[in-house]
Amino acid sequence: MTGDRGPRTEDRERLVAIALLVVATVSLAACSGDSSANAEPSRRYALGRAATTDEIDKWHTDVGPDGAELPAGSGTVASGAEIFKAKCSACHGPDGQGMPPAYPAIVGRDPKGENFPFGTDWKITRTIGNYWPYATTVFDYVRRAMPHTAPGSLTNDEVYSLTAFLLAANQIIPMNSTLDAASLRAVKMPYVSRFVRDDRRGGRDVR
Amino acid sequence: MTEISRRDLLAGAVGAVGGAVLAGLPSLAAGQQGAKTAAKAAAKAAAKAAAAPPPLPPIPDDATKLLGTPTTAVGERSRFVNAVRTPIGQVTGVSYTPLQDLTGTITPSDLHFERHHAGVPLLDPARHSLMIHGLVDRPMIFSVDDIKRFPQVTRTHFVECSGNGRGVYRDLKPETTVQIVAGMTSNSEWTGVPLKALFEEAGVKSGAKWFLAEGGDAVLLTRSIPIEKAFDDALVVWGQNGEPMRPEQGYPLRLLLPGFEGNSNVKWLRRLELGAQPWMTRWETSKYTDPLLDGKARIFSFEIDAKSVITSPTYPAQITKGWWPVSGLAWSGRGKITRVEVSTDNGKSWHDAAIDGPALRKAHTRFTHMWEWNGSETTLLSRATDETGYVQPTRADLIRIRGAGTDYHFNPIYGWTVKADGHVFFHGET
Ligand code: HEC
Repeated sequence: MTGDRGPRTEDRERLVAIALLVVATVSLAACSGDSSANAEPSRRYALGRAATTDEIDKWHTDVGPDGAELPAGSGTVASGAEIFKAKCSACHGPDGQGMPPAYPAIVGRDPKGENFPFGTDWKITRTIGNYWPYATTVFDYVRRAMPHTAPGSLTNDEVYSLTAFLLAANQIIPMNSTLDAASLRAVKMPYVSRFVRDDRRGGRDVR
Repeated sequence: MTEISRRDLLAGAVGAVGGAVLAGLPSLAAGQQGAKTAAKAAAKAAAKAAAAPPPLPPIPDDATKLLGTPTTAVGERSRFVNAVRTPIGQVTGVSYTPLQDLTGTITPSDLHFERHHAGVPLLDPARHSLMIHGLVDRPMIFSVDDIKRFPQVTRTHFVECSGNGRGVYRDLKPETTVQIVAGMTSNSEWTGVPLKALFEEAGVKSGAKWFLAEGGDAVLLTRSIPIEKAFDDALVVWGQNGEPMRPEQGYPLRLLLPGFEGNSNVKWLRRLELGAQPWMTRWETSKYTDPLLDGKARIFSFEIDAKSVITSPTYPAQITKGWWPVSGLAWSGRGKITRVEVSTDNGKSWHDAAIDGPALRKAHTRFTHMWEWNGSETTLLSRATDETGYVQPTRADLIRIRGAGTDYHFNPIYGWTVKADGHVFFHGET
């Protein structure tokens, strides 16, 4: 696989690359990146060791948007509200409204914040309800990073409960919901279609 | 102040601030512990301060008539130099590089800007490792020593936080230093191994289109990166400016993605997972996405557009009539800087500045334009062009194209107004 061969290569490197092409024996990967005229050839060095399944499972906690890696367990909005009061509200406020600038708002469906007006007004608070494109991100982030002073301390049931509470408080799911892997995977966030891939490419156009 | 007492005072101050914030949160045992530790540290610092450090030796009238100081284990800056990062004591914050105090292009490692989301972790290199798994033939674990046995390369690259310049995009206060205007960019000589070599060791499966990089800090920060970057110029680095990388920059291992926004250069790197889709982590959805005018937001906006800033003369300098070097830094995440223009009349005319040394790709480039100030008020501007032909826009351009609410990738032309009395002020309205 070669990298994006933009007009980046130094003239000198380009000459070397052309020379090598003429010789036509060496396939040089990634000559866009480095001065690879005398780079080491691709080979295996037999360094490192095999990772065991246990070792991988221990660290492989990330949950992507398809929710394929969601663990077993479940939680209700009601239990999430209790846990939020005990473990989160001290920093994020009793209603999740935050204490900016240190502690972000994580709940909020201010009518001003609907319809994605953020490009024009930076003062409108972006929250899970009016901005986040994927519900699985709430689960993943809370499990790995919150509470801020005790990361990694929540059980999977607690994380499901908190995710349910945060999604309900942000008016994404009903207040009587229970979340587990299947139901969390099914949650669609209102503004997911607003996220577009980067179209900046350099060149004359400022985008 | 000696090194030790300064450090203790700092720890005391940080602890006291953390303690004060957390003391208001009685439900948090950690908060109470923090307050106790802070009290202890503060008491210790007070005791040290009472024991007053020995006074600095007087400055000799004639240094040629007096023996100098002996050799030392680790050198210090001259006592006449006061280059420091600011602000300090933040756990989910940032400290800015003092661009106004630096020369050339390399940022001294201890002045490299900092940005982290849960403080700087203390990692023992003997216990640290890097796991590579997911869509690979052979899931692997490499120790730090293993990684150092691969063929290594040394490359000079900048790292810029894509939030650099947010403050002055919104608030054009003239009393702003270049450190605050643009100090979330730094440039280092990095030593490491091409990520490609590690991926080849594990064997990349054909379905792998993205990889997830995870840091071993207290938020286990994760970012999804397109696999092409691994086969282009991505590195896993351990060296910075001739020595092991600083803890604030990711000791013992960091992902270095030349030209990509700082946050994606995951520090304290411990895991790389290859997959078919991006993971949509908090740091690539809630944060580090760019709201635009059309009710959309740009996602995975990695590359840093070409940018420049004059670092001297800047606020709060006062200059006198006569010749001055107007000097600064330019950089682009898309390759080399090919041109920097300087205007000394608020954009009426532009002059090509001298580019000092070879302009390296995706690295800070120093420019200088000699200027004779005649004593009347004027504004100095700089404008960079990179090898793709991209020209640094004005702030008005960015507001027109992306909106006043856009939240990352600020690269407007910056100005510095010289008043008739020689005082220099920030000029952000370009
Ligand atoms: C000690 C204070 C503290 C506590 C307690 C705490 N948080 Fe946080 N939280 C923070 C800080 C600080 C941030 C921002 C972190 C950063 O800047 O990266 C944050 C960020 C978040 C975010 C991301 C916000 C965004 O817009 O990206 C979520 C979601 C969140 N917290 C949920 C929780 C939940 C759920 C709990 C309870 C289990 C909790 N937090 C407890 C301090 C706290």
